[in-house]
Amino acid sequence: MSGSLIGKSVLRKEDHRFVTGKGRYTDDVQLVGVTYATFVRSPYARADIKSFDISAALAAPGVITVLTGEDVTKDGLGGLPCGWMIHSKDGSEMRQPHHPVLAADRVNYLGEPVALVIAESQLEAKNAAEMVMVDFEPLTAVVNPATASQADTLYEAVPNNLCYEWELGDEAATDEGLANAAHVTTLQLTNNRLIPNAIEPRAALAEYNSGTDEIILHTTSQNPHLARLIMTAFVQIAPEHKLRVIAPDVGGGFGSKIFIYSEETALAWAAKKLGLTIKWTAERSESFLTDAHGRDHVSEAKLALSADGEFLALKVKTIANMGAYLSTFASAVPTYLYGTLLAGQYRTPAIYVEVDSVFTNTAPVDAYRGAGRPEATYLLERIVEKAAAEMGLDPAELRRRNFISRDQFPYQTPVALEYDTGDYEASLHKALEMADYDTFSARQTEAAARGKLRGIGLSCYIEACGLAPSQVAGALGAGVGLWESGEVRVNPTGSVTVLTGSHSHGQGHETTFAQLVADRLGLPIEDVEVVHGDTGKLDFGLGTYGSRSLAVGGSALSVAADKVVEKGRKIAAHLLRTDVDNIDFEAPVFKMIDSNESKTFQEIAFAAYVNHDYPSDELEPGLAEKAFYDPLNFTYPAGSHICEVEIDPDTGVVEIIQFVAVDDFGTIINPMIVEGQVHGGLAQGIGQALLEQAVYDDTGQLITGSYMDYCMPRADNFPDFKVGMTCTPCTHNPVGAKGCGEAGAIGSPPAVMNAVIHALGGIEIDMPATSEKVWRAVQTMQSMKTA
Amino acid sequence: MYQFKIHNADNLSTAVDLFNASDEPVYIAGGHTLIPTMKQRLSAPSDVIDLAKIPGLDAITQADDVLQIGAMATHAKVTASSLVQEHCAALASLAGGIGDRQVRNRGTIGGSLANNDPAADYPAAVLGLNAEIVTDRRTITAEAFFKAMFETALEPDEIIQAVHFPQVEQAVYLKFPNPASRYAMVGVMLTRTAGEVRVAITGAAASVFRAAAFEEALTSDFRISAIDAVTLSAETLNADMHASAEYRAHLCKVLIKRGVEALSA
Repeated sequence: MSGSLIGKSVLRKEDHRFVTGKGRYTDDVQLVGVTYATFVRSPYARADIKSFDISAALAAPGVITVLTGEDVTKDGLGGLPCGWMIHSKDGSEMRQPHHPVLAADRVNYLGEPVALVIAESQLEAKNAAEMVMVDFEPLTAVVNPATASQADTLYEAVPNNLCYEWELGDEAATDEGLANAAHVTTLQLTNNRLIPNAIEPRAALAEYNSGTDEIILHTTSQNPHLARLIMTAFVQIAPEHKLRVIAPDVGGGFGSKIFIYSEETALAWAAKKLGLTIKWTAERSESFLTDAHGRDHVSEAKLALSADGEFLALKVKTIANMGAYLSTFASAVPTYLYGTLLAGQYRTPAIYVEVDSVFTNTAPVDAYRGAGRPEATYLLERIVEKAAAEMGLDPAELRRRNFISRDQFPYQTPVALEYDTGDYEASLHKALEMADYDTFSARQTEAAARGKLRGIGLSCYIEACGLAPSQVAGALGAGVGLWESGEVRVNPTGSVTVLTGSHSHGQGHETTFAQLVADRLGLPIEDVEVVHGDTGKLDFGLGTYGSRSLAVGGSALSVAADKVVEKGRKIAAHLLRTDVDNIDFEAPVFKMIDSNESKTFQEIAFAAYVNHDYPSDELEPGLAEKAFYDPLNFTYPAGSHICEVEIDPDTGVVEIIQFVAVDDFGTIINPMIVEGQVHGGLAQGIGQALLEQAVYDDTGQLITGSYMDYCMPRADNFPDFKVGMTCTPCTHNPVGAKGCGEAGAIGSPPAVMNAVIHALGGIEIDMPATSEKVWRAVQTMQSMKTA
Repeated sequence: MYQFKIHNADNLSTAVDLFNASDEPVYIAGGHTLIPTMKQRLSAPSDVIDLAKIPGLDAITQADDVLQIGAMATHAKVTASSLVQEHCAALASLAGGIGDRQVRNRGTIGGSLANNDPAADYPAAVLGLNAEIVTDRRTITAEAFFKAMFETALEPDEIIQAVHFPQVEQAVYLKFPNPASRYAMVGVMLTRTAGEVRVAITGAAASVFRAAAFEEALTSDFRISAIDAVTLSAETLNADMHASAEYRAHLCKVLIKRGVEALSA
C-alpha cells in the first residue's frame, strides 16, 4: 500500500471545519472573567513623549487599569530583539535600536503603542483609550529610505540611520567582468512596499493561573515556540516553563505572524502582572499600521555580457528600508535571503552585491511571502529581460545560453549557495509551450488592430527554501537553529497522532502531513491526526515560513515514521519468534520473510502498549518516535513564469490575458494543495506588480491605511492561471520536497512587469503599474514615435 | 463605534419628529457610508433613525412617462427592476455596478443621494438624466440638489421620498473604477433627448457636475470628431495617489468619447 497516497489530490481534512464556521481562532476562544485591552497609539511618525496623564481613563466606566510605557520601563522588561546578527563589510555588528514593548520617551512610527487600557468590555476599553492623555512633541520624520542616510539621525547609537552596510561576493572579479564586457545593461528600480493583509488580524488572549504561576497565551503565531522563547528569554516576562503559547487555527500570515510584536507580549506581561485574563483582537486599521510590512528596496544594477550574450558579471547596490525598529528577522531578509539569490538560474561567474539597510519612521519591515527572494528575482529577471532587448536577442534564448545545465549539479554559485538539483531548461520549455510563445507576434498584431498594446514577459526564478541547515544559518548570524521536530505517536489501537513543530495557518498541513505519514505506515488517512501549534503539547518547533514545512517538518515526520517501523519490526520479530532481519514491513503489515506469518500494524501497536508478550528487557514499551530533522542544505524550487498583457493606450489599464507558471517543487504530496499555493502566491505577486503599494506621506502618515486606498487584488483582476509542473526531487531530504508556498509571489512580479514594459516598447516603469503610470508611459512612447 | 439609540420609524412624519427630538440625530437608509464612519468613530450620532420599515418607500412605479423610484429602493432592486430596465437601461446598469453584492442589497438610492459622496454613481444619473428629487416637503431639481462635497439642498430633517426620472431617448453610463475602492475614479452619464445632450460627471471633482463645453459641442454635432478639440480643465478636479487631476480630465474625455460611440452604434 506504500506510495498510494503520495501525489494524490486528497481533499483537505481541515476544510470541513473552516467552511462550516467551526474553526477556532484566537478571538473565538471564550474564557470566564475575560477583560479587554485597547492600545493607545502614536498619531505621529516621530515624537517625544513629554508626559502621560491616565487619570481620566482610570476613572472611566468599566476600566480596570491603564499601563503605559513607563510601567514597562519600571518593570525592567527587555526590548523585542532581532534574531539575526548581520555584520557590516568593515566587520562591525549591525546597529539595533532598543525596541520597547510600549514606548515611554519617544515614538518612532505611526501607530506605535504607548499604553494599554484594560476594561471589562471592549467598548469601555476603547472609550477610555481616548481619555489617555499623552503629551507628544512632534519631531521631523524620516520617511524616504533613499535619502535616510543623509537625514536627521533617529537614534544616537545609529549614525546616518544605517543599520549595516553589508556586502557579498567578489568585487574585484565583478569589476573585471564589467570592464571586459561587450555590453553592459544598467537598471534602476524600486521594489514597492507592501502590507501583508492576512484575513485574520493579529489577536491575543492571555490568561494567568496564580495557583501554578503559569501564563497561557493564545495568539496568532506562525511559530509559537519562538514567541515563547523571545517573550521569556529576552523580554523576560516569565521563565520559559511558565509560559505556554497556543496558536490555534490561524487565518493566514504570509510572514507577518512570524514576528514577536509589542501587543501580544504586552498582553502576556499584563495578564501576569495584574492576575487577569485579557483579550485583544486587532482592528483592520491596526493591522495596516503595525503588521510588519514587506519589501521596500531601492536598487541599481549592472549586468556585464559578452558579445554572444554570456553573463560575465552582475553588480548590485541596494538600499533596504528596515522601518523604525528591527523586527524579528528583518536583518536577514535583504542580506542572506536576497544577495545569495542573485545568481538565479544562471552561471554568472562573478557577482557582487552591497546592501545598506536604513531606519526610517515607518512601520517595521520584515519577511513577507518570499522575503528577499522576490526582491532578488525581480531585479535579476528585469535586468536579464532588458539585456535581451538591448542586444536584440530573444529573452528565452538569452536565458538558455546562461542556464546552469542539468549535468552541472551540484552547482556552487559565487554568492554562497550550492544548488543540489534542477532542470531549468525543462521548466522553460514547458512554459513556452503552454504560453504559445512562438505565435506571440500574431497575437500582438491582432491586438494592435484593435488598438491595444500587447506584450509578453518571462521570469525564470529560483528560491532557497527549506530554511535551513542550522550550522550554515548559525555561521551567517542566525540566533536559532533551523531544524524541525516531529513525533509519530501510535496509539494502542493503531491510529496515529502526528505532532509537528511546523504550523499551519491555511497551508493544509493537517492533510499533507497526514498523507505523508499514512502513506509511510499504510494507514487510511482518517486514522492520522495532525497536532501543531501548542508549546504545551510539542517539545519544540521552529514554525512555518520560508516554504520550510514539508521539506523540513515533513522530513522530520518521515524520519520519525521510519523509526516507528524499525521498532515495529523488533516487536514483530519477538511476537513471531524470529530474528529482526527476518521481518519486512510491507505497509501496513510486518511480514516474516519466507513465511506466511505476519502481524498487522494494529497488532504491533497493541502489543507495544499492552505488553503481555513483549521483550521488555530489550525494548521500551510504547510506540512513539520523535525526530529532529536538520536539513543538509537549502532546497531550490525553481521555475518559469510567462505573462501576457494588453494595455489600453487610452486609459493605461493593464489586462493580464494569460499567465503561465511552470514550477519544479520536487516531489509533490498533494497536487491540489500545491496548485492552491501557487494560485495564492501568483495573486500576491501580480498584486504587487499591478495594484498594491503602501504609501506614507512626507510626515510619515500612512495614506494607504484602509482598503479604500490599499488595493488588494480581487478575483476579477486575474485570468485563469495556467499551472504546470516539472520535477527534479530534492536530493538531500527523505521526502524529495522543495517547498511551494512562496514561488508564485517570487516568480510572477518580473514576468508581469517585463510584459508591461515589452508592451510599452521598452519604457520602464516601477511597480505597481497603475493605469496613470502606464498611460504616461504610453504618452512618452507615442511622442518618441512621432519625434 | 460609540453607543447610540436606534429607532425604527414607521412613517415619514414620525421619523421627522424623532429627528427633531434628538440631540445628534441621523437618518439611516442602508448605511453603507454611515456605518463604516461610525465604526471608525468619525461619526457619533446620538440617535439613528432607520427608514427601512416605512411602508412603500422602496416602491418603483411609472406614471406618465416618469419613472418613480422610492428612496429606500436598494441598488439590487433597481438593477433587477424590469420597469427601470425598460425605462432606462443605463440606470439599471449603473445600479448594478455599485459596490459589491452586499452593498447593493443594503444600499439605497435615497441614501446615496442624501450622502452625495463625490465618487458615488447615482448623482451622475440624477444630474445626467435631469431627474427630480421629491422629499417629504417639496420637489428639488437635480441642478439645485447637489451643492458641494457631501452637501445637498436637503434641510437637516428633510427626507427624500422618491426620485423622478423623465423619459430620455438615449443614455449610457461609463465608469472608470478606482482599483482599490471600486468607487468611480471618474464616471460619466451621457444622455441625449430631442437632440439635447447632457454630460454629468462624478468622481472627478468635489461634487457631480455637467461638462458644458462637451454638451454644447455634442448637441450641435453628435460625433466624436466634434469634441476632438474640447478639453476639460484639470484645475478644479480631484487629485490623489490613484489619479492626478490631469489624468482624471483625460479619462473623462475618453469615457465621453466611448459614450458617444456607444450611443451612435
